[in-house]
Amino acid sequence: MQITSPSFKENSRGALADAQLQKALGNVRAGFIDKRLKAVEALPEFDLLRDNARAIKDHVLAHLDLYLEAYEKKVTESGGHVHWAETAEDARRIVLDICRKANARTVTKGKSMITEEIGLNDFLEAEGIRPVETDLGEYIIQLRGEHPSHIIAPAVHLNKEQVEADFRRVHKHLAEGRDLSEPESLLGEARSVLRSEYFAADVGITGANFLVAETGTSIIVTNEGNGDLTQILPRVHIVMASLEKIVPTLDDASQILRVLARSATGQDMSVYTTLSTGPRRPGDPDGPEEYHVVLLDNGRSSMLGTEFQEMLRCIRCGACMNHCPVYHAVGGHAYGWVYPGPMGAVLTPSLIGVDKAGHLPNASTFCGRCEEVCPMRIPLPKMMRHWREREFERGLNPATQRYGLGLWAFFAKRPRLYRLASSLGIPVLSLLGGGKRRFRYLPLAGGWTKYRDLPAPEGRTFMQQWRDGGASVRARVA
Amino acid sequence: MLDTKTNSAPKVGLFVTCLVDLFRPSVGFAAVKLLEDAGCVVEVPPAQTCCGQPAYNSGDREDTRAIARNTIEAFEGYDYIVAPSGSCAGMLKKHYPLLFKGEAIEQQAVEFSNKVHELVSFLVDVIGVKSVSARHEGSVTYHDSCSGLRELRIRSQPRALLSSVEGLEIREMKEADVCCGFGGTFCVKYPDISNAIVGKKTQNIRESGADTLLAGDLGCLMNMAGKLQREGSGMKVRHVAEVLAGMDDTPPIGGGRN
Ligand code: SF4
Repeated sequence: MQITSPSFKENSRGALADAQLQKALGNVRAGFIDKRLKAVEALPEFDLLRDNARAIKDHVLAHLDLYLEAYEKKVTESGGHVHWAETAEDARRIVLDICRKANARTVTKGKSMITEEIGLNDFLEAEGIRPVETDLGEYIIQLRGEHPSHIIAPAVHLNKEQVEADFRRVHKHLAEGRDLSEPESLLGEARSVLRSEYFAADVGITGANFLVAETGTSIIVTNEGNGDLTQILPRVHIVMASLEKIVPTLDDASQILRVLARSATGQDMSVYTTLSTGPRRPGDPDGPEEYHVVLLDNGRSSMLGTEFQEMLRCIRCGACMNHCPVYHAVGGHAYGWVYPGPMGAVLTPSLIGVDKAGHLPNASTFCGRCEEVCPMRIPLPKMMRHWREREFERGLNPATQRYGLGLWAFFAKRPRLYRLASSLGIPVLSLLGGGKRRFRYLPLAGGWTKYRDLPAPEGRTFMQQWRDGGASVRARVA
Repeated sequence: MLDTKTNSAPKVGLFVTCLVDLFRPSVGFAAVKLLEDAGCVVEVPPAQTCCGQPAYNSGDREDTRAIARNTIEAFEGYDYIVAPSGSCAGMLKKHYPLLFKGEAIEQQAVEFSNKVHELVSFLVDVIGVKSVSARHEGSVTYHDSCSGLRELRIRSQPRALLSSVEGLEIREMKEADVCCGFGGTFCVKYPDISNAIVGKKTQNIRESGADTLLAGDLGCLMNMAGKLQREGSGMKVRHVAEVLAGMDDTPPIGGGRN
């Protein structure tokens, strides 16, 4: 997937001018926030569960190697194979090899952000293998040649009418006069089109919400049941997962599940929670003949032991972006790569480099709403600030910003000079503000005055007036 | 609550904040009045400048530390350090100690931060003020600034004191707890996004039907006032301390007339 994070500013200007997108983004604000709040308020122990969830993942991250080995052992015992992929390239090769051995022509896919991260669809297509997305949202954006704009609602940037137009454009074999005005009819149509694909597919690829070390089980949650069909019907099932998806026990997984759906969609549980352990055993009524797990690192292990380790607790619920004013304003595509919103602002620089993704941790007001709702209690603003520190150390921020900041800091560190400069400058600025007491334009303040007036200073500084007694002011109010 | 055993008036060092110092001294004087009315002795250490957030949030840790050291020293010897801003108080209280982890000065930073409070929550939670003697004819809507709300849990305190102001009616806006898009340097680094965020905010503010907008942070207030005025709204904008102190006879922020 092409990285456009360096042009975040241009991307966001485009997004702000896109009326369709702005309409669709209104649904994010309206849809997710209230539902989450209701679900959370209905569960008094929610905050306690968050603490537990955090503790489980912290424990895993402190012993990741042990749990990964234990997990691999269990998968192997149950007849499956674990493949270690250090890079995206490795992961793509591994998947291709498995597909080639299975003589695969068609691959069905459940929702998986990891496959987006490694650009699997384009790669497979170039190798003559047809990937078919089975999650409704993923299916829609595949038809459009787009990428997800949200980690749990990939097509949230679209309106119903756009989807209807796409279906009419692509599903030419269906009756022209059919009614597609309701979301249910769109879902029904996608289902019927996909049904034949499930049976045609030679390989099914799913993501994983959890990998359970104790049993070698992978767990996915979906609302459409498409994941089940993707992993049960084809001969070969590939689970694509990143290292940090591991949890020690089934009990741990179920604890985290209790915060996952509530934080994501406001459901108590997702409609389907699907566990799979190894290939079909003799006597099993269904299931794949081969079961593979591709474990992707792609830069994650280098986050361990750094100030970004806590990011590996993320369970991809999407709550942070659902509550982010910047995400609400520009949507997911503006972020320029796979992971948008606050979690992307922390994770993306780790995965593709802060030189490319430098805007992302900067484009935050630090309002803190993401951290407030994150079920895993990930201190997202703090980590964005850490990225800013790394950029500052490396001199990656623009020269004008550095000079401006340097000049300001020079005074801020020297109270006497600061006092002198402000007591000279501020009264002048105040006079310039004139009778209206504000500026419509001020040199060097264009970033401010482009969209808003700048209130003028009242007059002399507080410190000047205080030093001169401040008594007059107090007398006035007494 | 206030320690009544010592029986002496608490000595408060006022952290004026750079924006109040430079742009709106009235807020500083309103803070002094509120603190004095609550029985505190107020001093303003002259060696203060800014809390350091512009540097801190730009990743410039060294300058932040230098500024923090200055501030900690400037405020030695006070019972409390009070700021008319949730954002600056949050910086002093929650972030200063983190700047000196494992260093000799850490303990001093922690002791300092334990004494730091935002003005309105200090009055209500620490001193136990239940009402103010002020009058304000008209309806106000209150914006919860992010740092105060999420770092310092300031939400009920300003509303409690406002409801004791004679003649004042509170009209809550929708999404009062959603960011106004100021974000310090964010608003000039990403003006287009900031504008989109503050645009949604001002819509909620106007729809509240109130005639005055209040908040506890001057940065946010200047942002929202500037946007309202650019939109041609006649809404008056003030720091909450001005109304609580009964000092609302000054022109509102940015003038308020077109
Ligand atoms: S960072 Fe937290 S809120 Fe955001 S997706 Fe991850 S777990 Fe969910």
